[in-house]
Amino acid sequence: MPRDERPRLSRRAWITTTSGVIAAGLVRTQSDAIKLVAQEAPTDPTRVPGRLVSELGTRAPAEQPARLVRAAALSSSSRTPLADLMGTITPADLHFERHHAGIPDIQFEDHELLVHGMVDRPMVFRMADLMRYPQVSRIRFLECSGNGGGVYNRDRMPTEITVQALDGLLSTSEWTGVAVSTILREVGVRRGASWILAEGGDSAVMSRSVPLDKVMSDSILAYGQNGERIRPEQGYPLRLFNPGYEGNTSVKWLRRIEVTDRPTHTRDETSKYTDPLGDGTVRQFSLVMDAKSVITFPSYPYVLPDAGWWEIRGLAWSGRGRITRVEVSTDGGRTWADAALQGPILDKSTVRFRHLFEWNGRDTMLLSRATDETGYVQPTVEQLWEARGTRTSYHQNHQRAWKIASTGEVTFGLGELV
Amino acid sequence: MLSGLAACSDGGQVASGGAIGSDPMAMAGTADAIPAHAPARFGFGSEASDARVALWDIDVRPDGEGLPPGSGSVAQGREVYNIYCIACHGPTGTEGPNDRLVDSEQWLEAPSTRTVGNYWPYATTLYDYIRKAMPQLTPGILSHDQVYAVIAYILWMNEIVPDDAVMNAETLPAVVMPARDKFVADDRVGGSGVVR
Repeated sequence: MPRDERPRLSRRAWITTTSGVIAAGLVRTQSDAIKLVAQEAPTDPTRVPGRLVSELGTRAPAEQPARLVRAAALSSSSRTPLADLMGTITPADLHFERHHAGIPDIQFEDHELLVHGMVDRPMVFRMADLMRYPQVSRIRFLECSGNGGGVYNRDRMPTEITVQALDGLLSTSEWTGVAVSTILREVGVRRGASWILAEGGDSAVMSRSVPLDKVMSDSILAYGQNGERIRPEQGYPLRLFNPGYEGNTSVKWLRRIEVTDRPTHTRDETSKYTDPLGDGTVRQFSLVMDAKSVITFPSYPYVLPDAGWWEIRGLAWSGRGRITRVEVSTDGGRTWADAALQGPILDKSTVRFRHLFEWNGRDTMLLSRATDETGYVQPTVEQLWEARGTRTSYHQNHQRAWKIASTGEVTFGLGELV
Repeated sequence: MLSGLAACSDGGQVASGGAIGSDPMAMAGTADAIPAHAPARFGFGSEASDARVALWDIDVRPDGEGLPPGSGSVAQGREVYNIYCIACHGPTGTEGPNDRLVDSEQWLEAPSTRTVGNYWPYATTLYDYIRKAMPQLTPGILSHDQVYAVIAYILWMNEIVPDDAVMNAETLPAVVMPARDKFVADDRVGGSGVVR
């Protein structure tokens, strides 16, 4: 509404009312007055003072992105609303969850980390101890290796599925903590050591074996996430964070690290998080997350209201390093164009890609494929299933597609298969 | 990069390659993790006594390292199972509602068909997991004898051990699981033209 068309009578009315209240001594402070004004004022925000500062911010009432919870259970997950987000950083309260026995209540002051095994000096660290060590921060993605498991089987292929429901076990944060190498330097790793066992303090005592050279190279004992203390759902007060590795290895509520010369073969690295292949073997310790990309816009259930110029937006990432290229096809994979990558492009982090296209209003299909710095190209679904068979729901990093109908309706597809 | 993966298919064998014979600290790749003028040791934290380590060092490995004293039979395990496990895993370990435990058939397409009998590569993992995480609502409630017993019963239900089997720190690591030889190391690599 143009400024000169704003209603005026109502403003006079509330000033009169407010003045009367103030005159009657019912309003003692400026704060009281503004609250009163806010309650009684007309809807034109230029005609009323705004709300005051507060100790904690909130989202606009109309903006309420939420994690997707399919079933509330001790062993359960919730998914990040990828289509609602911009850039690459996931707000901490929208970071995906995957727990194996619920979220424990652990006090910062009580928590201890035991580091022992093939070390010169077994040690116990309290949180205050860990925070005194030199600190590092890194922006890295975290993805559950079960992400995308909803499309591992052609008999179960959904079409009316959101990018959140399909690939929402992916989030990106700035993680802060102490490098694992710093703490292992302190305790002194003995020759011959080659693995660690990381163990959580939840009621599943969730445990994973991780190669020693991995944790020495870039893993973090993380106590911070996006500028604040790590949240309980992400492992408060301490988690292991293994950049580029399947999320389950980044053990939350970390209470123990044992340095070993062999993997422990825990339940979550034998009966789960292993990949039965088409040849009858089972791939174990498939820890690195292969390069992958997803288009977050347009995606189901969005309906394009008209033909014309639209910007395709999405995320790409690789557990092996930096993304070097993302290609987008707007014709079902017949031709590809390089998408624009939004810098900075970080190691083992998500990168935002965008591609402007002019939709002609006819049925078509959008695809994306990522390439990482090793030269690895995100495979087609045929390539992936040819290599692995269709028995494993883990590590489903194949190219996803979104079908656009002439009606503008967007549904999930799998390139040539659907 | 994945040093020691040669050990995956033969469990308790000492891993080879990787860090062995080299200085583990030479692997530290985070140049910004610690400044050059840092002291050799900071001293933040306290030394852990043997008793402190023993309190939490409860993991069990395929060669039996970590198994506590105690034992349990198939018959004793049936009693434990029917008290603590049956509600979630069903009368015969197949009914659910939680994970299916029993199946001697080859695993099929669906993950729900992968069980102790046809998928778990090491029997010791049962001890590691049950002691830590089961029963789900009261974890840690079972005695060492009860854990050994219920493992004997689960293995018996899967036709892996006989009626008179007794599980203890010597017999459990000796159990050869049917799926043991199926497990192979990750062979995925980066690079162009490679899909594995």
